[in-house]
Amino acid sequence: MTATTENVPTPAAPAETPRRAPKRRSVKGGSTRYHVFVNVMALIVSLIILAPFAWMVIASVESPADLIRVPYHWIPAHLDFSRYRDIIEGKGTDVARAFRSSVLNSIIVAAGTVIVAITVGIFGAYAFAMLKFRFRRATLVIFLVTYMLPPIALLIPLYLIMSSLGLLDSKLGLVIIYSSYVTPFVLWILSNYFLTIPRELEEAARVDGCSRMGALFRVMLPVARPGLFATIMFAFLLSWDEFLYALIFTSTPNAETIPVAIANFAGRYSTDFGLVAAGGLIASVPPVLLAIAFQRFIVDGLSAGAVKG
Amino acid sequence: MLLLPSAVIVFGVIFYPVLRTLIISFFEVNSAVPITTPFVGVRNYSDIFGNADFWSSIGRTLYFTIGSTVLELVLGMGLALLLNAPIKLRWLFRAIVVLPWALPTVVNGAMWKGVFNAQYGSLNALLTQLHLIHAYKLWLGTPHSAMNSLIIADVWKTTPLVAFFLLAGLQGIPSEIYESVRVDGAGSVRAFFSITLPLLIPSISIVLILRTIDAFKVFDLVYVLTGGGPADGTQTIAYFTYVQAFSDQRFGYGSALATVIVACILVLSAIYLRLLRRDEMSLL
Repeated sequence: MTATTENVPTPAAPAETPRRAPKRRSVKGGSTRYHVFVNVMALIVSLIILAPFAWMVIASVESPADLIRVPYHWIPAHLDFSRYRDIIEGKGTDVARAFRSSVLNSIIVAAGTVIVAITVGIFGAYAFAMLKFRFRRATLVIFLVTYMLPPIALLIPLYLIMSSLGLLDSKLGLVIIYSSYVTPFVLWILSNYFLTIPRELEEAARVDGCSRMGALFRVMLPVARPGLFATIMFAFLLSWDEFLYALIFTSTPNAETIPVAIANFAGRYSTDFGLVAAGGLIASVPPVLLAIAFQRFIVDGLSAGAVKG
Repeated sequence: MLLLPSAVIVFGVIFYPVLRTLIISFFEVNSAVPITTPFVGVRNYSDIFGNADFWSSIGRTLYFTIGSTVLELVLGMGLALLLNAPIKLRWLFRAIVVLPWALPTVVNGAMWKGVFNAQYGSLNALLTQLHLIHAYKLWLGTPHSAMNSLIIADVWKTTPLVAFFLLAGLQGIPSEIYESVRVDGAGSVRAFFSITLPLLIPSISIVLILRTIDAFKVFDLVYVLTGGGPADGTQTIAYFTYVQAFSDQRFGYGSALATVIVACILVLSAIYLRLLRRDEMSLL
């Protein structure tokens, strides 16, 4: 039976085409002119988006002399990868060394934050989505509002507290602060994901003798896995991107994260833009790869009420 | 019980500081390890509202907010329609559009600082080679052009986010509606204005509120791209607060400023939550 169906794909194909074609035509007019127009527009938009980024890539592999030449040559005569080598090997200038340590700091801080926020967030989100309790809505609103609070409002007392606890310029201090800032966000997104899971699934697990925790770990989490991955990505991006807290609470390569390092060099060493560009590109690799890998979750995540700015 | 860990982490690190901010705002605190902290009542607040610098930073924040949000909404709308359109290599296009959103804000600022640079910036190089300008310009040289540069950098980075928001709304519009409009003989432009736009109003208002809240917080971009200059011409409210509190070590005054910002943001958040609730959010 299967062999015959595979051998005759032709009847299936025409059935497919008319079903799709009118839908498209009905939405947008469907003419070839329209198709040419959207494709050309998409190309122009892509070029506008890519232009500054592409120039940053060029600048990062161009010798400092070529970079400041007037008139400027867009394609460098020879490629100079020394900045990347310096940063990765952590040698050469202080700048390259500081970049290297800041990348490591960022990884540690972001990973720590994601672990804390996701762990506590899973339990909290489960409670919001599956349990009925008094003040549920009010509690959720309070969590959301804390996420909206501007860091600048908490900065002054946090600075005074951190300095009295000796947590200034430490990665642990940053993880604590970031967790408080990422957790409400995780709670919000995850509880929205949990909500999309049919209640019956959880109830069936409970009937089969699972405890609440058993139902959460054996049934809910596996089903919510795509959402969980997307949430991990958002949480990672949030802590990787954070700047103001890191700027105030760190002061040496001991805890400085990558945004702080880049901001410092963009200000202080504006003579070699190439080095800032190389550092910036290295800092962009993890978030950009994550975002591209998870891009189809972004629309879902945003419609679930994601609030990343 | 399950919420306890989250509550400890969030409220432990947020509630106390918020209260403390409120308290400090009534004192004069001029050092991280102050010797005396005289109680000054509402003087910090009256200083704020009597300070011309405060009002001009509010004005700049408004200019930035309106300029960037309008551009982002218009361009984001176009981009959302493109993302929803049948184009070739759609996955590649989406990957390109995601790029600015994923780029760390500070990297975005550093990148545009290079683009706008007066000596080697690529914008100068491009425009002179196209013979649109005769000599290299100081794009970040005057308060006005620096502010506009700030808006351009923000629009480049944030338009994709706005577009994704609107795309989520677009995908929620059932295609039967368009079919019925076509039967009535309306063109795609009319269909857009009479169907798409009205149905997207919930998404658009959410974007508006979120972007306004963000504008009150904008700091990273200002810090990296212009440092608040020239002549304080790009000091938005968050940056102004940072300068007062940390450069000038006026913690009491800075706390009062922060309280004012929080008050504004709470009002905006209330509107936002109201909108979300109307948007069939079963959780709220």
